[in-house]
Amino acid sequence: MKKYFPYLLKYKKALWLAPLLVIVDVVCEIFQPALMSKIVDQGISQKNLHYILTTGGLMVGLSIIAIAANVGNIYYSSTASVGFSAELRKGMFNKIQQFSFSNLDKFSSSSLTTRLTNDVNILQDVIVMLLRLLIRAPLMLLFAAIIAVQINAGLATVIAIAIPVLSTCIYFLLRRGFPFFEKMQKRLDKVNAVVQENLINVRVIKSFVREDFEKKKFGGANEDLREMSVKASGIVVLIMPVMQLVMNVSIVAIVWFGGNKIIAGTFQVGQLMSFITYITQILMSLTMLSMTIMTFSRAGASSERILEVLNTEPDIIDSPLAKEKDLHVHKGKVEFKNVFFKYHADGSEYVLKNINVIINPGETVAIIGATGSSKSTLVQLIPRLYDVTRGNILVDDADVRNYTLQNLRNGVSMVLQQNELFSGTIRQNLKWGDINATDEEIIAAAKDAQAHDFIMSFPKQYESILGQSGVNVSGGQKQRLCIARAILKKPPILILDDSTSAVDTATDAKIRAALKLHLHGTTTFVIAQRISSIQSADKIILLDNGEIIGSGTHNELIKTSSIYQEIYFSQQLKEVDQV
Amino acid sequence: MSEPTNIKSIPAGLPGRRGKIFVEKPRNSKQVIFRLWKYLRKQKILLLIIVALLLINTTTTLVGSYLLRPIINKYILPHNIPGLARMIFLLLGIYLLGSIAGIFQNRLMIVVAQKTISIIRIDLFNRIQSLPLKFFDTHVHGELMSRFTNDIDNISDSLNTSVTQFLASALTLSGIIVMMIYISPLLTLVTLVIVPLMLLVASQIIKRSKKFFTSQQVALGAVNGFVEEMITGQKVVKVFCYEENIAKEFEAINYDLRYKATQAQLYSGVMMPVIQNLNTINFALTAAVGGLLAVLKGLDIGGLAAFLQYSRQFGRPVNEISSEYNSLQSALAGAERIFEILDEIPEIPDLPDAIPLKNVKGDIQFSNVMFGYDPDKIILKNISLRAKAGQKIAFVGSTGAGKTTITNLLPRFYDIQSGLITVDGIDIKKLQRNSLRSSLAMVLQDTHLFTATVMENIRYGKLEATDKEVIDAAILAGADSFITRLPKGYQSILENDGGNLSQGQRQLLNIARATVAKPAILILDEATSSIDTRTEQIIQKGMDQLMQGRTSLVIAHRLSTVHNADEIMVLENGEIIERGTHEALLKQKGRYYELYTGQFD
Ligand SMILES: Nc1ncnc2c1ncn2[C@@H]1O[C@H](COP(=O)(O)OP(=O)(O)O)[C@@H](O)[C@H]1O
Ligand SMILES: Nc1ncnc2c1ncn2[C@@H]1O[C@H](COP(=O)(O)OP(=O)(O)O)[C@@H](O)[C@H]1O
Ligand SMILES: [Mg+2]
Repeated sequence: MKKYFPYLLKYKKALWLAPLLVIVDVVCEIFQPALMSKIVDQGISQKNLHYILTTGGLMVGLSIIAIAANVGNIYYSSTASVGFSAELRKGMFNKIQQFSFSNLDKFSSSSLTTRLTNDVNILQDVIVMLLRLLIRAPLMLLFAAIIAVQINAGLATVIAIAIPVLSTCIYFLLRRGFPFFEKMQKRLDKVNAVVQENLINVRVIKSFVREDFEKKKFGGANEDLREMSVKASGIVVLIMPVMQLVMNVSIVAIVWFGGNKIIAGTFQVGQLMSFITYITQILMSLTMLSMTIMTFSRAGASSERILEVLNTEPDIIDSPLAKEKDLHVHKGKVEFKNVFFKYHADGSEYVLKNINVIINPGETVAIIGATGSSKSTLVQLIPRLYDVTRGNILVDDADVRNYTLQNLRNGVSMVLQQNELFSGTIRQNLKWGDINATDEEIIAAAKDAQAHDFIMSFPKQYESILGQSGVNVSGGQKQRLCIARAILKKPPILILDDSTSAVDTATDAKIRAALKLHLHGTTTFVIAQRISSIQSADKIILLDNGEIIGSGTHNELIKTSSIYQEIYFSQQLKEVDQV
Repeated sequence: MSEPTNIKSIPAGLPGRRGKIFVEKPRNSKQVIFRLWKYLRKQKILLLIIVALLLINTTTTLVGSYLLRPIINKYILPHNIPGLARMIFLLLGIYLLGSIAGIFQNRLMIVVAQKTISIIRIDLFNRIQSLPLKFFDTHVHGELMSRFTNDIDNISDSLNTSVTQFLASALTLSGIIVMMIYISPLLTLVTLVIVPLMLLVASQIIKRSKKFFTSQQVALGAVNGFVEEMITGQKVVKVFCYEENIAKEFEAINYDLRYKATQAQLYSGVMMPVIQNLNTINFALTAAVGGLLAVLKGLDIGGLAAFLQYSRQFGRPVNEISSEYNSLQSALAGAERIFEILDEIPEIPDLPDAIPLKNVKGDIQFSNVMFGYDPDKIILKNISLRAKAGQKIAFVGSTGAGKTTITNLLPRFYDIQSGLITVDGIDIKKLQRNSLRSSLAMVLQDTHLFTATVMENIRYGKLEATDKEVIDAAILAGADSFITRLPKGYQSILENDGGNLSQGQRQLLNIARATVAKPAILILDEATSSIDTRTEQIIQKGMDQLMQGRTSLVIAHRLSTVHNADEIMVLENGEIIERGTHEALLKQKGRYYELYTGQFD
């Protein structure tokens, strides 16, 4: 609960004004039945016209005040509850922005998305209820009870019995309902995940004609959700009829006892009527209260899921030292010192073992090795996408952990192996590299990445709209956009993780030439499969199974490393044949 | 989509954050209600029972309060205690009956509601399954997902309680009016004087809340879309330190949602208290007039009391109707967005006389094929080619030349603008689409895996494959060695699209998945681009073995993988500029020669 205060803070005023207005409304409302019965008992029975008119006038006046108070309450409670949920969403979103890669590996994006919308909405409903009903219900109950006792203390015992009976019923219903809501949200997640996966994998599904298989999968998740919803909601809706029963039985009891009292001459018809009104009101408030509690308990499940996000401690953060030093990457020297790494602390084997390597500013380093030999892992450690398990990585002779993430990552530009573009125009996507880039800079970067020509061939050129993750451009075009985006950053260190695999060799060569020309001061890491792409590198690192098994220039390696030779000849053989 | 979307026009489903103009189609609420009713109608019998129970419940409430008058007049005032006792038992019985009916009615309604919701969700999913790829190219995932959760939730909440509440209140209301007329037509007239005013106020409020509910759901969809996309692409966000910019963008759409949601809350919230207090004013007026009548015309006190009781009760159903009406509005706003998707046009259905593709030989022919994703921008120009059964045809050329596009046409992911594509001599448009697609297996350029075990992921290619077949396929695809090194081997669970594998490993699994399908036609689109060349050679052997007797279309940049193709097509700008065998093309010293020698500098 405390965790949520910051998000409510902005709406402090609403937090006390809304309940205040509720009190005003309740006071107005509570006198209405008394006035009503007085009209009947004193005005009508005594045929006192003047009394009828003044009381009627008073009632109208109170109603108008009540309307004003209500409109005010609605205004404040709406603003505060919706505002709260907006702030909370923002808070969660910003929190997720701080997550490290390994934090992210733990949540699925579909579940995080549900939490940010669906679960937050449920909390929003709670705040609305809180501000509109929570105070109202006990207050109504209290007032109504006081008046009822005043009318006739003896009859009020009926209330004294009815309330605990109803409370007990509601308590048991709620206790049964709560776990179901928790399960319901989880199953909603599952439905969401199936939908998301289907959207992402639509081409696979269509090409293997697996629509029916997917429908069945979805049908299962859907059925699970339905079953749980029926259970959860089935319990909530019982509250209403149960309360109706208790209410009606109480009314019957009051008619009986009240009737007897009237017969005995100690009670009046009008009093009986207003007593019935008050007991109805008391029990209605109780129901209202329990509905609120119900919403609370449903929200409990959502709240846990939200707190899980808010309470996740990002495991890669700026150290105080880093903030103080405020180092920037300038030269682009990179050094790996006895680096060991594994993805999970409890994993048995290191993915990277004893990596030692020094790369001087401006050098081009190529990394090659078999699939799964940890090439991508190695380079992801430089901008601290993951933290080393043991050892140090130094950039410009300072440990990467001594930089702020912002400064470090601004100095290291990276094209990830899994390309990711965003829905929006090409220009917006390229600007990720540098949000203040001028048109000339954007075009220059696109030209270097050999992307300018094809962009210009699109009808809307740089304003062409890309679908999510760039579905509507070809694989090689996507890669070139990613490269353009990365070099727009003009970083001291550039990492290209297999980023030309879908680009034809001629274009690949042109990209390399352009990079050499325009980024000659930049330390460049290139992961590639084609020897032709890396032959000219200043240093080639040969990785196998997470270990460096050779390093040097092409000419050195071709002499010293049998594996390198093998790779080389596997690509050259045909040409040798040919010539 | 009613109009063809293309890259030029703004895609319908992209979120509003990037200069997107959102055209909100005004929809007819009646139509939406009717369509919802069509779903509910499927459980007619249960609904009838519910209505019957509802009638019982409502009637007992009404009768119960009606009995007050005879109880007071006939038993209490004349001091008839045994009579009173009888009436009390009667009353008790009536209320008990009502409550039991209420319990069953509520439970049943949940069953009906959730069943309906589940059918709607399935319909929505099935419809999405049947939509053409073009739809997916232009919609962000999270926006669509929001329809499955947030929009459906609105309908669900409303069906769960509001619909029956609404009906019950309407019933109660008419019952009360009948009773009031019965007691005093004149007073009824007074009571009803205020009704037009209430209706006027209500209709004004409803009009606005409806509008804001609709835009709230749209805004919520946009938020969901943005969040899903950014979280999925979170790694890129990190790499580019783009957190703050994203947060800023999020703030804008988040606050847009806040504005619309506040308005919706406001208008829907105001309804009930206003109506309720109007009702109290109404009561005061009635009491005053009633008092006058009692004084002047001698209306009996018990009658007036009962009447005022009704007049008070009049308020409750009116309140409820107004508050439920609002909940219905929010449901309609959700339903509208769901029907929007249900109205999307699916892939063109098979022709009535479409033939299944059986005993596929794999003879493929393209004749003068013209195609553009956007009909205004032709990408493939006049493509003609022939792959005889069992041949290996390779496509090479620079990126964006249209290689992938060619392979997208064969399974009819997109339909061609002109020309003809045949398989085994039959126009593919005349084939049953599913039989066509089942006879080919594709390894796509973008790797995609499901949240499931490695075993299940490979088996996706052929659902009835045995474990042994799966493992054989993995061996053939060169994936077995890394799979067996995973902690749980073939039973390891993949998550987040294979997020804990290297890209090359993902490609190996994709190849294995196609391998296990043992299709007549195999399409490999840069299937080994992220795989090192030594592993590639292993796969190559496996693939050559697999391709024996099968037609294959192979796209690759590493020309070593295609030199043994029966025919190589060199594509440039959507045209085949050279074709022939490796040797012939080299001799030609054209584009292919350039590409080939360029590879080795
Ligand atoms: N996010 C992750 N979580 C756990 N394991 C991973 C993750 N990413 C990669 N791996 C594993 O680490 C190893 C090295 O992967 P990677 O560095 O991507 O290889 P590559 O050399 O092909 O780039 C692989 O065995 C892979 O399964
Ligand atoms: N889904 C799509 N929607 C619109 N245009 C597309 C789509 N996919 C590809 N394109 C465009 O079609 C052209 C050919 O792309 P593609 O066939 O993927 O090339 P490649 O030869 O590299 O496989 C490119 O200009 C690309 O931008
Ligand atoms: Mg990699």
